[in-house]
Amino acid sequence: MTPAVEVSAVAKGFTLHNQSGVQVNVLDDAKLTVAPGECVALGGASGSGKSTLLRLLAGNYLATEGSVRIAGTELVGAHPRTITALRRDTVGYVSQFLRVVPRVPAREVVAEPLLAAGTARDDAEAAAETLLARLNLPRPLWDLSPTTFSGGEQQRVNVARGFINAYPVLLLDEPTASLDAANRAVVLSMIEEAKARGAAIVGIFHDADARSSVCDRVVDVSAFTPADRR
Amino acid sequence: MSDYNFAYLDEPTKRMIRRALLKALAIPGYQVPFASREMPMPYGWGPGGVPVAAALLTPDATLKVIAQGAAATTNAVSIRRFFAKVADVATTTRTEDATVIQTRHRIPETPLTEGQILVYQVPIPEPLRFLEPRETETRRMHALEDYGLMHVKLYEDIARHGHVATAYAYPLRVAGRYVMDPSPIPKFDNPKMTMDAIQLFGAGREARIYAIPPHTETVSLDFEDHPFEPGRAPHTCALCGAEHTYLDEVVTDDKGGRMFVCSDTDYCEQRRAAGFVGTKAAA
Amino acid sequence: MTPLLDVSGLTKRYGSRIGCRDVSLDLIPGEVLGIVGESGSGKTTGLNCIASHLSPDAGRITYRGHDLIAMPEPERRRLMRAEWAFVHQNPADGLRMNVTAGGNVGERLMESGARHYGNIRGAASAWLERVEIDPARIDDRPTTFSGGMRQRLQIARALVTNPRIVLMDEPTGGLDVSVQARLLDLLKKLVHDMGLAAIVVTHDMGVVRLMADRLIVMKDGQVVEQGLTDQVLDDPQDAYSQLLVSSVLPV
Repeated sequence: MTPAVEVSAVAKGFTLHNQSGVQVNVLDDAKLTVAPGECVALGGASGSGKSTLLRLLAGNYLATEGSVRIAGTELVGAHPRTITALRRDTVGYVSQFLRVVPRVPAREVVAEPLLAAGTARDDAEAAAETLLARLNLPRPLWDLSPTTFSGGEQQRVNVARGFINAYPVLLLDEPTASLDAANRAVVLSMIEEAKARGAAIVGIFHDADARSSVCDRVVDVSAFTPADRR
Repeated sequence: MSDYNFAYLDEPTKRMIRRALLKALAIPGYQVPFASREMPMPYGWGPGGVPVAAALLTPDATLKVIAQGAAATTNAVSIRRFFAKVADVATTTRTEDATVIQTRHRIPETPLTEGQILVYQVPIPEPLRFLEPRETETRRMHALEDYGLMHVKLYEDIARHGHVATAYAYPLRVAGRYVMDPSPIPKFDNPKMTMDAIQLFGAGREARIYAIPPHTETVSLDFEDHPFEPGRAPHTCALCGAEHTYLDEVVTDDKGGRMFVCSDTDYCEQRRAAGFVGTKAAA
Repeated sequence: MTPLLDVSGLTKRYGSRIGCRDVSLDLIPGEVLGIVGESGSGKTTGLNCIASHLSPDAGRITYRGHDLIAMPEPERRRLMRAEWAFVHQNPADGLRMNVTAGGNVGERLMESGARHYGNIRGAASAWLERVEIDPARIDDRPTTFSGGMRQRLQIARALVTNPRIVLMDEPTGGLDVSVQARLLDLLKKLVHDMGLAAIVVTHDMGVVRLMADRLIVMKDGQVVEQGLTDQVLDDPQDAYSQLLVSSVLPV
């Protein structure tokens, strides 16, 4: 079976042109393979490059060298439109940040990925409502912009947005960090369901219980720390 | 005969104007720039129409001059006298006898015929001017047939007044191409502009000449659901009883008395001579 | 997918000064391209060349297979009138301030040959509603509108003909932040619902992050970096892009 995520020999460094051209190398010879239905946690100390690797998978960062394949599509050197299409059809991303136009109601923020994929507005919004209800976001908030929400509320909006489409690949950056026990349980069951339908999941979980309950294995990212930083 | 060259203007100037006239006739409705000359009359009194007439006159011409339809108004009288003096041509008030008719603000009621020339005095030749002040832009709009703006003017009229309130200088499209300002004639006269005679338009201050050749299609701009209507005061002429002419309202006393009479005085007189009578004909 | 718009080697000089040099870009239907850079970077010059407001000194602009630069002006104007829209930073540049809101929106239809007053007015009214202006204001002039309303009116005027492509020059410039958000939301929706291709020139990184699929960074008239919007903003490669992104004040 083709791996859903396949990273090989990836190096990532940042050249800080405006700070005397300092070169910061974060990853070297990184590798990762995730099969459909598998959930992999990225482990390692803070600063070891977990977020960087996740962002490379999302096409948010450019790899300096190596190969990143998502569902068979090579991201390194890909045209931006390839990545746009991949994000529309294949990769769901739950970020820690919520970047939305301040006036758009939560329901619509969540429905947006479905709308972009061509689902009719009514159907997309209905699906968004189902998810928001499941995540216990109070109904009066659905019509409000999430920019005014608390951290936990924003996180649930982000989770809903990432899960609304049945993406084959899910990238989760601390999906349960600011959630109470009840909502954490909801998110974990959503992850289980995604696995069950065959989604490949890569996530960063600081929450050890959450990690052990849904993740099949942990990949220690510090193994990819470049020699000059060890 | 005076010491002036025939018809006041020197021959090279007349030639220059004739060339502009020929070009204007070749491109109906297009405003041809010409080297407008200082004329011995103020702007607004015919320094655009007069040089055009001067370039057309020949010793055997018969000239008629009207202003607001009347031959006896100051403007008409002084222009007629001017040409009588500098060109020594015959003048007339009868439309059918004239070879050249210079007009301000009217088209005679008597249909013009082949062989006659109607010369209009034009204050502002650019129909788009009040909507678009830049000459560079209006020229480009004409060149590219970019006439949406003209309909904006009509749209605004209907939005504000419920109908097109433009009553004079009503724009029309000539030969399916250029949008043209007919000079400040009442829109009542617009349908007459497809005619057998030659129509020439001279704007002195703006130095533009344009023309409508005989038998040329002219269409007054309108909307499908607000078609063009010529418009006319709902009265008959108090003097000749005409029901089909353009009427002027005349105040007859200081007690609110008034009457409507034909604005074309020659036409009205001819009708009365033929025995037509209006309600106040005895007066 | 065949690009809707394909620009290559676009160069414009102002005497000895470079407006923009060797700018190439393409756009597919439904795609929003952001162009950022500081004042004088050539982004607006480039946009104006693409819009035929300026004639470039070199380069090619191909729109749906037509060579726009070689095309005779009447034909180009006809094509662009029907299928292109431009949104100016200052609404007064894109509106007729002495013409009613309805006349402003209707003009674009009348330009394209609409001659039925009732239909024109109906379309204008529907568009006012779509850009969140009370249709009861249809007979008011834009001089009586707020800045945000004027900009929304300009957008209605631009989009009423159902164009395929819309070019925007700092569409949210000069507006209050709260008004910006509303406009941005509206623009995003319209672009999505109408399947428009769009180019947005701005110096506001927040605007491009929320609107643009792809991003071009310009400096001194040239493209210094381009890519996926969030990639360019989060992992800029070029020195100038890094400076531009890091210059955004945190809020």
